[in-house]
Amino acid sequence: MSTVNSFRTGPDEGGHFGIYGGRFVAETLMPLILELERVYTACKTDPGFQKELAGFHTHYVGRPSPLYFAERITAHLGGAKVYFKRDELNHTGAHKINNCLGQALVAKRMGKRHIIAETGAGQHGVAAATVCARFAMECTVFMGTEDIERQKPNVDRMRLLGAEVRPVTSGSATLKDAMNEALRYWVAKAETHFYIIGTVAGPHPYPAMVRDFQSVIGIEAKQQVMEAEGRLPDTLVACIGGGSNAMGLFHPFLDDVSVRIVGVEAGGLGIPTGKHAASLTGGRPGVLHGNRTYLLQDDDGQIIEAHSISAGLDYPGIGPEHAWLHDMKRVEYVSATDDEALEAFQLCSRLEGIIPALEPSHALAYVTKIAPKLPKDHILVMNLCGRGDKDLAAVLGHLAKRGRPV
Amino acid sequence: MTTRIADRFARLRQENRAGLVIFITAGDPDAKTSLELLRGLPKAGADVIEIGMPFTDPMADGPAIQASSLRALKAGMTLKKTLDLVRRFREGDKDTPVVLMGYYNPIYIYGVDRFLGDAVKAGVDGLIIVDLPPEEDVELCLPAIRKGLAFIRLATPTTDDARLPKVLSNTSGFVYYVAITGITGTASADTRHIEAAVTRLKRATRLPVAVGFGINTPEQAAAVARVADAAVVGTAVVKIIAEHQKQPAEAVARTHRFIADLAAGVRGARTSA
Repeated sequence: MSTVNSFRTGPDEGGHFGIYGGRFVAETLMPLILELERVYTACKTDPGFQKELAGFHTHYVGRPSPLYFAERITAHLGGAKVYFKRDELNHTGAHKINNCLGQALVAKRMGKRHIIAETGAGQHGVAAATVCARFAMECTVFMGTEDIERQKPNVDRMRLLGAEVRPVTSGSATLKDAMNEALRYWVAKAETHFYIIGTVAGPHPYPAMVRDFQSVIGIEAKQQVMEAEGRLPDTLVACIGGGSNAMGLFHPFLDDVSVRIVGVEAGGLGIPTGKHAASLTGGRPGVLHGNRTYLLQDDDGQIIEAHSISAGLDYPGIGPEHAWLHDMKRVEYVSATDDEALEAFQLCSRLEGIIPALEPSHALAYVTKIAPKLPKDHILVMNLCGRGDKDLAAVLGHLAKRGRPV
Repeated sequence: MTTRIADRFARLRQENRAGLVIFITAGDPDAKTSLELLRGLPKAGADVIEIGMPFTDPMADGPAIQASSLRALKAGMTLKKTLDLVRRFREGDKDTPVVLMGYYNPIYIYGVDRFLGDAVKAGVDGLIIVDLPPEEDVELCLPAIRKGLAFIRLATPTTDDARLPKVLSNTSGFVYYVAITGITGTASADTRHIEAAVTRLKRATRLPVAVGFGINTPEQAAAVARVADAAVVGTAVVKIIAEHQKQPAEAVARTHRFIADLAAGVRGARTSA
């Protein structure tokens, strides 16, 4: 592996991060993707666009989100100082709105009035439905029937916001299949519809564009931790499904070599069981959904269904930039199991009065493992990227099944 | 370089008729039935055979071909077995061009060089890989051409004049025009639109133009055959296999009968018009 001067210059003009990324899509979509790239590149340097985006961040989303010192968790763990980047306080309850807002403004500039989105946990779907309501756009959200069952409140929210939720029954009826259907629908509506991909994956320019829109998390966190502690943090931790909240937090810190960066994948029932969603830990490079990245797959290149208690992490791939950062060893990727996430979910609720989503509960589970072993002046920032209201029914069900009702 | 594709289109030109390209998925509903289906295709009237390489996540395919892919995978189909199927077909047919259609990941995992070597040995003539646009030509297109395989590109209604040269560069064998903006088998193609599109393609390339996606009946195939060099039918064929998957002999007989009807439509198209 060659060394690099900066981890922040990717992708190249073909959309590659090392060997990952690219544009592996049907010809029908290519002209659109190229047009999107042109428009998005112009938006990046357009002060008018940036000003409009910043205005919505402040007045609609409620940014900056606080960097909160989790005093009781810190005392409980007895080691590192744990800070939460509170993106669960955003309007709609997760980091997903950062990206939807940005992409909706790009769609507006392209003159597209109809938005397509895929969703797993429903957070991205809700965020997409929200910005569509705000910008008077039509919204069609694809969601696996398995996830519709797991995340009912979010389905109701999307419908209330005026979106059409299309149930997807193919395959495992989860996020991967929702993305397949969204892509198929997009192929048919290519000329009029804009596809807001919810994570740092898909064909170029999506991984870079979504990262840019989520980087507001890391940019704020850097400034906030400097204000609070007068120095950079020692460790960053975030959960990873596709990896958008993690990339948003990590990217502004990638060239700060003193900062240890850890991504936590969904370990499901445990990596050895094969029932997990940890593509970096348990997968290998392949091509799906428009990009080359690590994928859960068999020896014939067939995609294996992921498993996670968290609908938002239940995806057999990961963003290509994460795949590259993994190979470059700039970011460490670990995993937390369903049970560990459930424990962390309860711990955070009881000690901090914050009910986290199951997704960041995976990140917290890892924090509870490492923080006790770290010195008291070690500064750890974890992205609390979503709130857990949507997970209540599922969590209560799981706890009851384990004979431990709340 | 195999010449089967060029030879076949040359003969079709001599006969002043369009060709019929038939798609079936390798291993659907099982390997044995699939081989029987394949062996009977030329006699039933298929001029070119397109064999789908099953994939779990066929992004550009509608419900019928998705289901056919999953049936094949469930019955144990793999890429290696797909190549084996072609090899066994070739033992009895030296002339009918065989084109493999599918998605890149199984090939990438098989290993590009190994795959190309084995495909040539098995008697494959060309490849259609849906998720490899010209922007990714270094992955498989250029190595395939070096090995003597045709790399058949899809042109679509969204491919404008500015982009067309890029799509046609490195295309060989024939050009596959996708007649609808959408996935396979979900809409019917509009004949007038097809005529205009074929004319546009013909201005830009000397390669034969085949038209597919949305051709379901002998009448539609005949209409396409009047204006294009070949008509591709897939979904309608695969649906017959699905209906009779529990009675393999019936599936084979009915599929071949349907193809004979399609072939009659295609062959009579230019004389009856």
